[in-house]
Amino acid sequence: MADGPSSPARSRGNLPPLSLHVPEPKFRPGDAAEYSDLIIPPAGAQPRPDENCAASETYPLCTDLVRVLDDENRAVGPWDPKLDPDTLRRMLRNMALTRAFDDRMYRGQRQGKTSFYMKCTGEEAISVAAAFALASDDMVFPSYRQQGILISRGYPLVEMINQIYSNRADRLKGRQLPVMYSARDFGFFSISGNLATQVPQAVGWAMASAIKGDTRIATSFIGEGSSAEGDFHSGLTFAAVYNAPVVFNVVNNQWAISSFSGFAGAERTTFAARAIGYGVAGLRVDGNDALAVYAAVQWAANRARANMGPTLIEHFTYRAEGHSTSDDPGAYRSAEERTEWPLGDPITRLQQHLIALGEWSVEQHDAMDRDLVDFVKAATKEAEKNGILGHGMHHPFKTMFEDVFEDLPWHLEEQAEQAIRERRIKWPDWKE
Amino acid sequence: MMLEEEAVSLHEAPVRSLNMIEAINDALAIMMERDPDVVIMGEDVGYFGGVFRATAGLQKRFGKTRVFDTPISECGIIGVAVGMGAYGLRPVPEIQFADYIYPGLDQLISEAARMRYRSAGEFIAPLTVRSPFGGGIFGGQTHSQSPEALFTHVAGLKTVIPATPHDAKGLLISAIEDNDPVIFFEPKRIYNGPFDGYYDRPARPWTNHPGSKVPDGYYSIPLGKARIVREGAALTVLAYGTMVHVAEAVVAEKGVDAEIIDLRTLVPLDIATVEKSVEKTGKCMIVHEATRTSGFGAELSALVQERCFYHLEAPIERVTGFDTPYPHSLEWAYFPGPVRIGEAVDRLVKG
Repeated sequence: MADGPSSPARSRGNLPPLSLHVPEPKFRPGDAAEYSDLIIPPAGAQPRPDENCAASETYPLCTDLVRVLDDENRAVGPWDPKLDPDTLRRMLRNMALTRAFDDRMYRGQRQGKTSFYMKCTGEEAISVAAAFALASDDMVFPSYRQQGILISRGYPLVEMINQIYSNRADRLKGRQLPVMYSARDFGFFSISGNLATQVPQAVGWAMASAIKGDTRIATSFIGEGSSAEGDFHSGLTFAAVYNAPVVFNVVNNQWAISSFSGFAGAERTTFAARAIGYGVAGLRVDGNDALAVYAAVQWAANRARANMGPTLIEHFTYRAEGHSTSDDPGAYRSAEERTEWPLGDPITRLQQHLIALGEWSVEQHDAMDRDLVDFVKAATKEAEKNGILGHGMHHPFKTMFEDVFEDLPWHLEEQAEQAIRERRIKWPDWKE
Repeated sequence: MMLEEEAVSLHEAPVRSLNMIEAINDALAIMMERDPDVVIMGEDVGYFGGVFRATAGLQKRFGKTRVFDTPISECGIIGVAVGMGAYGLRPVPEIQFADYIYPGLDQLISEAARMRYRSAGEFIAPLTVRSPFGGGIFGGQTHSQSPEALFTHVAGLKTVIPATPHDAKGLLISAIEDNDPVIFFEPKRIYNGPFDGYYDRPARPWTNHPGSKVPDGYYSIPLGKARIVREGAALTVLAYGTMVHVAEAVVAEKGVDAEIIDLRTLVPLDIATVEKSVEKTGKCMIVHEATRTSGFGAELSALVQERCFYHLEAPIERVTGFDTPYPHSLEWAYFPGPVRIGEAVDRLVKG
């Protein structure tokens, strides 16, 4: 083994030696987090182009930040979707329900009721407001942090918990990691644990909808970290080529496990600005402002529905909790980031807006939160009747072999017999 | 002190008991120290030290331009490793889970594996792709797969799978020194302790296992050399990774005088050790966690049949995972545990 570099660095004349840049986040554990250099434009200051505009008209917005809720909690500017108070309250309730659900499921994992869980704390506005802005039958190709869409579309919490517990009522038959839902009847595509695979799939669904002269559009969600995957870029290329009726959502929550957004390119430009290179419309949105999210997704959905093609939306937000129950963010980022995040908490901001409108109160909010805790608790109790992950043996062993193919070939028949024979030996008390 | 007598790894160095993560970390540190061309990269491997901690402390010790985080792009990770290799570096990329390696397959199969061949040796791809693989941690279908056969099928790739901390260190050092691309799959179920297949018994640490005794400093275990875990005359067991320990437990439990061979390297395979054993025992059982159809067991079975046919006294047994995606809740029904292995042992012994 050589003790020095196999090919010594070559110097040429007076040229300076090259050096490798490796991104470094601004704050590490123990650091004070301070965001004064983050450019937060005033709410209401961003122009709202016509939904049928040339894509290039949106490009200034790719490096801006669409905001509606101002510092006094008023809805201002051309992006204000002017939602009625009932809708705002329903949106707030769904966001708070998503958070209450996350808290309960996280505890359930810690109590050993399941193997894994992923919260979306701080990102509730993105999935909930997007669900409100989309038609209920528009197809969603989610990543693993869009539980707010299922909740907003009225998917039963008990079904979600059954899946999380992999219990005998889990409609995915205990096959999938917790939170990897699939709910076709709610326009919610099967979640993959592999990253960004759903992006070109959303484009394909949208192209199919266009081929068939349908009116439904597709939308995909990924994190900013996953935008580094080739699938993201394949999806955008196809969407641009076929002017597909699709809305791409990049949830920029600053962290991909321990890698900050700089490892996906954030030191150079915004994620919305990816749209410019592909020639599709792009918007960059305050992801903690439910009204701005609603307005942006509605804009993009209307545009897609009018055959004006795809839009890429970057939702600028902050992942307030760890990546998952397997993660410890205290090991790589400053705990102050969450408290100092300059765009606040999405639930608090919408709550304050409703209070400022005279349509809500702290007392009502507290009462709602208590109701939601009870609501989630009741759903949990109901789901627990169907079992928790525990030993995992909730489904007939034959189900392990079903759905590999439409029919069971001979080798899977034989293997199923083997599995059932092993079951009788290993777990004689267990009933098929 | 050592598991066996092996000239390459026997030396006078002090020995510590390490788990497999610590042994891998030790190997990486030693190679970083010895060879300034070694660079480590991957998702979360830098400051954080990897989601399984395999690269903990290395960035701090060797600097950010030799140990660094990457974008979430397995295609990019493998592709830039090929380019770095073309320059003359010796990259050790980590793919966070083997289940996530697929976007990098074009770079591995069409590029790294053929670089030496297509350039007639002008360019090589001396990379070692480390990746945790295998199930038994309730990881569901995207954190549990054993895709080794996809790689053994590719001409130009070496595939290495250690079963103990001692072997993990020595094999990883050899893999990094190797001038050809090596897929180094780490059985994550045995990162923290040997696993005998009885998931419902308390987990054991590596501490008291002889395979955890890891000499300090540099040593290498040559690729393509199997390890005889247990000598025996009744039958030959071919296994690698986690399944070495499960097979060992079953054989002990049944009191069968089996010869257990830990293959350690699938390509190049230590065929001489396999042949010698099967010629002695006349019976062969192959165990792997991966799916059965076109699994590496099929290759082993064909080889044993071709080369030891006249010594075989019974059909070769293959004990494997089922041909389904790795299920979440029925993980222990899927896993080729003591019952499945035990039935095959019985068939061979009593058969």
